[in-house]
Amino acid sequence: MAEKCEVVSQTGMEIAIIEKKMETRIEKQHRIIGAEFMPDENLSTKGNVMNKIETKNVQCWYGDFHVLRDVSISVEPNTVTALIGPSGCGKSTYLRVFNRMNDLIDGFKLEGDVLIDGKDIYDKNIRVNELRKNVGMVFQKPNPFPKSIFENVAYGLRVNGVTDKKLIADTVERSLKQAAVWNEVKDNLHKNALGLSGGQQQRLCIARAIAVQPSVILMDEATSALDPISTGKIEDLIADLKKDYTILIVTHNMQQALRVSDKTAFFFLGDMIEYNDTKEIFNNPQHEHTRNYVGGRFG
Amino acid sequence: MEMNTKEKIIEGLLFACAAICVLTTLGIVAVLVIQSVQFFSEVPLKDFLTDTQWTPLFADKHFGILPLLSGTFLTTIIAITIALPIGLTTAIYLSEYASNTFRSTVKPVLEILAAIPTVVYGYFALTVVTPFLQIIFPSLSGFNAISPGIVMGLMIVPLISSLSEDALYAVPKSLREGSYALGSTKLQTAFRVLIPAASSGIIVSVILAVSRALGETMIVAIAAGQQPRLTFDPRVPIETVTTYIVQVSGGDVPHGSLEYKTIFSAGLSLFVITLILNNISFFIKKKYREQYE
Ligand SMILES: Nc1ncnc2c1ncn2[C@@H]1O[C@H](COP(=O)(O)OP(=O)(O)O)[C@@H](O)[C@H]1O
Ligand SMILES: [Mg+2]
Repeated sequence: MAEKCEVVSQTGMEIAIIEKKMETRIEKQHRIIGAEFMPDENLSTKGNVMNKIETKNVQCWYGDFHVLRDVSISVEPNTVTALIGPSGCGKSTYLRVFNRMNDLIDGFKLEGDVLIDGKDIYDKNIRVNELRKNVGMVFQKPNPFPKSIFENVAYGLRVNGVTDKKLIADTVERSLKQAAVWNEVKDNLHKNALGLSGGQQQRLCIARAIAVQPSVILMDEATSALDPISTGKIEDLIADLKKDYTILIVTHNMQQALRVSDKTAFFFLGDMIEYNDTKEIFNNPQHEHTRNYVGGRFG
Repeated sequence: MEMNTKEKIIEGLLFACAAICVLTTLGIVAVLVIQSVQFFSEVPLKDFLTDTQWTPLFADKHFGILPLLSGTFLTTIIAITIALPIGLTTAIYLSEYASNTFRSTVKPVLEILAAIPTVVYGYFALTVVTPFLQIIFPSLSGFNAISPGIVMGLMIVPLISSLSEDALYAVPKSLREGSYALGSTKLQTAFRVLIPAASSGIIVSVILAVSRALGETMIVAIAAGQQPRLTFDPRVPIETVTTYIVQVSGGDVPHGSLEYKTIFSAGLSLFVITLILNNISFFIKKKYREQYE
């Protein structure tokens, strides 16, 4: 009570200072779980720091199978980039390059540079766990853990050693709100997440990903298993998340690419054929393959 | 028509096979119950459950089952204390860390552990483990609960590791990926996602291992000393329900005497305990199926 009175008696200027202090405190808290995936002193910055993500001549193999050839792309911060193309042409592989998920596959090999914030994420000094906190992922099929809704979102914080109950509870609430699922689950936070509908599960997975404060979010056909209403909700959400995150999506839904993305990359049999503003890709494709694919998909 | 008769005959044979199993089980239960009813007409149930001595073969007869149960539970607890951590660690290692070739060689080798005759384990406990433990704890009797308990634990490791590994391995890949994608390590993923997700399978494996340990006869008969004693001290000789039954049925107790009937009352007690465990395991399995289908 006394504290409140004091704040009320402050002048506007002082209040501003207090707010500033609180902001830095919150920032520090974020730092605890945040994005320091790389010991800065060990690495020089290679790319153009204006780009959030950059790949240069990326090549990938599964054993002997050459799955991606010479993919070079730069992505600006706070944009949505869509990866499109026929099945099996390497979109998922490319997406999983950015959180090094392919490392889990025996025989996977990568050449070329993959830069996030100008830093090579395949450098040997990189801490892959930290990288994965910075680069969140949402999968094709919703994959909540068989735990409560609350524990699903808290999971990323707990494995990062966060024990402060209040910080966890606040982050869970904020993440669920940001993922536009809070109102539907707020009275059932301690119920098992497997009881939610597919669309709710997928938004829960988005909340789970953003709870650890990544700066990049990867979504691999995140709406392909969902009904149109849930899909619409997630598309709105992507547009909203763009303010805070750089987003890469894989989609087979051309309308979706057109609605949510700023840039689009067209993949075909392991090659990135065309990369441009989304409107250009759809209205004025330069390559025949792109024209056929986009045209066929709309037709 | 010809075909139809053949089908009928085959169906009849299959039914007969199933019926033999069911009838045998019913027969065993009937014998247990009938003999036990006769036993309890002479010994009050209250004495059976509360008397702290079991001396049916002595002049001063006491019929308290507690010493046999304490011996049974003591060796079982020791065995599970050994087998659960080793079995679960092995399962995690095999399913999450080991290469495919390593897993496919080691798993069958581990399962051989369960195929060694228990009499071999019994003499291993008596002639190797007990002398070794006596070096560390000189006060240990030559016959005791700890040594057969430990050896029984080793014997049931594969039961836990193999079934738990199956349960862990069956956890969908998407859950592992979901966990790794949030920056967790292999160990965190194993303990925080996979074990909880596979918990019903793991619990079922442990219940199976407990039933196995409760019913184990030979190892304890050889190495535990056959002295019914109400104690949870692992250093002294004890007797379990099964070893008592072996002791009496192999001895010269006259058929139909009260002493003879004690083995049925003891057997019935063990049967009731295992039946409860089986039902718990059945219930967990059923719940587990509902959750994932
Ligand atoms: N783990 C793997 N091992 C071997 N080949 C794989 C693996 N994953 C994908 N592939 C192959 O790599 C190619 C590209 O796959 P993917 O990146 O999933 O394509 P997309 O997402 O565009 O459908 C496909 O031909 C696929 O069969
Ligand atoms: Mg794909």
